Amino acid sequence: MIEERFDAIVVGAGMAGNAAALTMAKRGLKVLQIERGEYPGSKNVQGAILYADMLEKLVPNFREDAPLERHLVEQRFWIMDERAHTGLHYRSDDFNEEKPNRYTIIRAQFDRWFSSKVREAGAIVLCETTVKELVKDAYGKVIGVLTDREGGQVHADVVVLAEGVNGLLGTRAELRDRPTPDNVALAVKEMHFLPRETIEARFNLKGDEGVVIEAAGTISRGMTGMGFIYANKESVSLGIGCLVADFQKTGETPYDLLERFKKHPSVAPLIEGSEVKEYAGHLIPEGGYNAIPKLFGDGWVVVGDAAQLNNAMHREGSNLAMTSGRLAGEAIFQIKSRKDPMTAANLALYKKMIDDSFVIKDLKKYKDMPGLLHIQSQNFFLTYPQLVSKALQNFVRVDGTPKAEKEKLTLKSFVAARSWTGLFGDAIRFARAWR
Amino acid sequence: MHIVVCIKQVPDSAQIRVHPVTNTIMRQGVPTIINPYDLFALEEAMRLRDKFGGEVTVLTMGPPSAEDSLRKALTFGADRAVLLTDRFFAGADTLATSYALAAAVRKIGSSIAPVDIVFTGKQTIDGDTAQVGPGVCKRLGFLQLTYVSKVVNLDLQGRSIEVERRSEGGVQVLRSTLPVLITMLEGTNEVRRGSMVNALSAARAEIVKWSAQDAGVEDIGKCGLRGSPTVVKRVFAPTPRAEKAALVDPAGRPPADALIEEIFKLRPKLEDDMFQLARGF
Repeated sequence: MIEERFDAIVVGAGMAGNAAALTMAKRGLKVLQIERGEYPGSKNVQGAILYADMLEKLVPNFREDAPLERHLVEQRFWIMDERAHTGLHYRSDDFNEEKPNRYTIIRAQFDRWFSSKVREAGAIVLCETTVKELVKDAYGKVIGVLTDREGGQVHADVVVLAEGVNGLLGTRAELRDRPTPDNVALAVKEMHFLPRETIEARFNLKGDEGVVIEAAGTISRGMTGMGFIYANKESVSLGIGCLVADFQKTGETPYDLLERFKKHPSVAPLIEGSEVKEYAGHLIPEGGYNAIPKLFGDGWVVVGDAAQLNNAMHREGSNLAMTSGRLAGEAIFQIKSRKDPMTAANLALYKKMIDDSFVIKDLKKYKDMPGLLHIQSQNFFLTYPQLVSKALQNFVRVDGTPKAEKEKLTLKSFVAARSWTGLFGDAIRFARAWR
Repeated sequence: MHIVVCIKQVPDSAQIRVHPVTNTIMRQGVPTIINPYDLFALEEAMRLRDKFGGEVTVLTMGPPSAEDSLRKALTFGADRAVLLTDRFFAGADTLATSYALAAAVRKIGSSIAPVDIVFTGKQTIDGDTAQVGPGVCKRLGFLQLTYVSKVVNLDLQGRSIEVERRSEGGVQVLRSTLPVLITMLEGTNEVRRGSMVNALSAARAEIVKWSAQDAGVEDIGKCGLRGSPTVVKRVFAPTPRAEKAALVDPAGRPPADALIEEIFKLRPKLEDDMFQLARGF
């Protein structure tokens, strides 16, 4: 056992863990951060998009030395069927601003940089060390962790669980249930390397401009899921994910979906001739507001993916992770500076702070969406995309059919597929969940 | 007892590639590791320390980022780390490297504690020369024990050490007086994990950084590119073997017999050699 006692132990060195460790170390708390990977970022998988605002609150001048890929100037939403995509693209020169709002990043590089800031702030970062269990006192208060190293028990006033989506530590300690298959998605992604100029030509970019494509439709074969394509400097991140419960039900495999996505006529030309250097898979929390577990207790708080804080509708996760980590760190600092103990009653401050932030407000807004999209996945991911695609093709194809007749045909195809009540029901359900 | 272990930070050769057009090694983004052979040297040194007392100092020469390797060595349980880093050292071949390292070992001996044993790995996985260890040894005027598989005995009072050395066709048991330099063979031990105490102190440790001047290097002209007579004329990637696997149809024969017949058909000389060998028994 280690004699020395820390103010806080942070388990995990992803976005949430780094944010928490940095926040506390900057304020002079004695912080120990423990990461099981070889280096921070070695186990972390994300597309990935970085949201500047949330990082600025932690490292205001991050643009000076953070390893950033491209700043985003364009967002494309694609509704896909087997041979087509119907796109809604938004591109604005406003995003070519002095302090851009979003960037593509490569997590293995970014997390190392982020961790260097944590170290500079004075926290001790231990890698290649796995926390096996939480140590509790006779009253059930968490008082430290037990690692897999010899003499591996370390004590602290509070443990910040930033252990990621699986959350083995928290579930083992019975702080929360294991995530259920309908609350997590399994996503796979590949990194396709291409020369810089090729990427810029294919995606219509210049300099460090970047683009994000988010795609839904028949590519998920009726399951609740999405595909994505992110342009990095010299690589394209491309992936697809669906709910684990849907994979279970259908017997589909993630790599098969990815292969099909890559072969889609709208996607294939973007990555043609590329060299694949990385293949990764990861779980993503998708349960939204209703899946959020208890966020604090005696001697512990949980942040980031482990707390299921992910906005599936907007594909935001790392910013929620960073914010929850920062707020947990701030709450702990406040309690500590009042010289109060890290009891559940005092740590409730973290819950209050996160409830007041965009994190919980956004998740609350979409609380019914995950359920709706899951139950109605056949309609939203198969039927409607096909109908939309047909309708658009009908609209643009010139073949001598009078326009009025074309419109009637389109309407008929919608009614035939979903019936009037079905259409109205879907519209109302969707609007309600969105509201 | 004071042991110095020389380690090198090398690119993880499993992940390295040669640029198809320029034929240069693409180091960008390739993770670095401690030269795997050096880990056997480090573990052997720590075992001697644990048994006979004393300290293990880890030494490396490299860019400032080589600090990562030293910190890792501390995590395994080394007591102290010294990083030899200076732009004068850049571009060194084995001659210039051994010159600089020898100076640093001398300095470690005079400023920290006299050095009894220097350990190195058998060779590195990036250069594969196995020259630096012996080079350092010669310059220090130590006795040299290369390709050592095991330290059998150490007598600190009598200032002697006994080791097993793998050589062609057998094992030599050698005894030498201290101080010695030992180059350690691979597969001889398994590096330990390092306790929580080791890991915590490694994370906190201030790595000592020495410039050429700090290390007491006398002739800067013998360091780095200037002190390196070796010239790399060409780097190339070997062409992958074109031979393909073949499926052997036993056609009624026992499968093993069929396989051997097919192999001998492809390699007639192998059949003769095997007969010669068999006759020997």
